[in-house]
Amino acid sequence: MSDAVSALEGAREDGFATVEELGLKGMITLRGGLDTPEVGAAVEAAVNLAVPGRGEVLIADGGDHAVAWMSPDELLLVMSYEEAEASLAGMRDALQDQHALVVNVSDARAVFQVSGAGCREVIAKLCPVDMSPGAFGPGQFRRTRMAQVPAAFWMPDDQTVQVVCFRSVAVYVFDLLRGASATGGEVGYFG
Amino acid sequence: MLILTCPCCGVTGEETEFAPGGEAHLKRFGPGSTDDEFHGYLFEKVNPRGVHFERWRHANGCGKWFHAARCTVTLEVFGTYSAQTTEPPQDIKDRISAKRPGWSWREFA
Ligand SMILES: [Zn+2]
Repeated sequence: MSDAVSALEGAREDGFATVEELGLKGMITLRGGLDTPEVGAAVEAAVNLAVPGRGEVLIADGGDHAVAWMSPDELLLVMSYEEAEASLAGMRDALQDQHALVVNVSDARAVFQVSGAGCREVIAKLCPVDMSPGAFGPGQFRRTRMAQVPAAFWMPDDQTVQVVCFRSVAVYVFDLLRGASATGGEVGYFG
Repeated sequence: MLILTCPCCGVTGEETEFAPGGEAHLKRFGPGSTDDEFHGYLFEKVNPRGVHFERWRHANGCGKWFHAARCTVTLEVFGTYSAQTTEPPQDIKDRISAKRPGWSWREFA
């Protein structure tokens, strides 16, 4: 068995916000009818959470498990890297008679965390998204564009943003985040 | 800059989050059609000054296609609606009529 490593092996940079790669994360993409009981059962079996509503993310176990609404027929399940394969098998069983698809995408993604009071500002510099506290906050999930690549993010709490992108652009995204959070680059737009 | 609301995921974003898909409500002419029909389908697009209907894809978001009705002069978006339709829904037409009385676009008015 090969030794799995994440794209940047936990790289970290401290600016006015802290940017760190979170290492290996288990991620499963599920596509299917989100309002069917089978999909609900598969999600519950994998992460013990309900199917999130449009634009939402549900988080449990201190962030170890999460499920995010990706599109009207797609969810992203987050768990530990080791859990993913077993969860995948269980979900396939639950969905075997459904027009549905589950794939382990753990090795195709990179996950970053931006933490600190300036985390909203770091994202606002890179994404065409209103990051003011009244417009985006914990519980919401947003897929968008981060500079030139697709990315998605959510806020585990008001001082933290977690960003998911394709592993192939992990270096690019890390460089974007640390550039946007470099000391001296504070704008203070969100107070 | 265009501000579009994706009817599939509800996100309101600016146009760089989306990808344009050209003119809306085209009738496809393929195998079995005449040369004139196929030529018209491929090349005869309208380029109006004012009310226009387009296809867009939420490329950096939920990935879904949808329709948008907008003004090419002011970039005002009258509304967005499902891709699974062959003509603009009545509420979109009503909204356009309220702001651009007497508008027409291809066979719609
Ligand atoms: Zn969308």
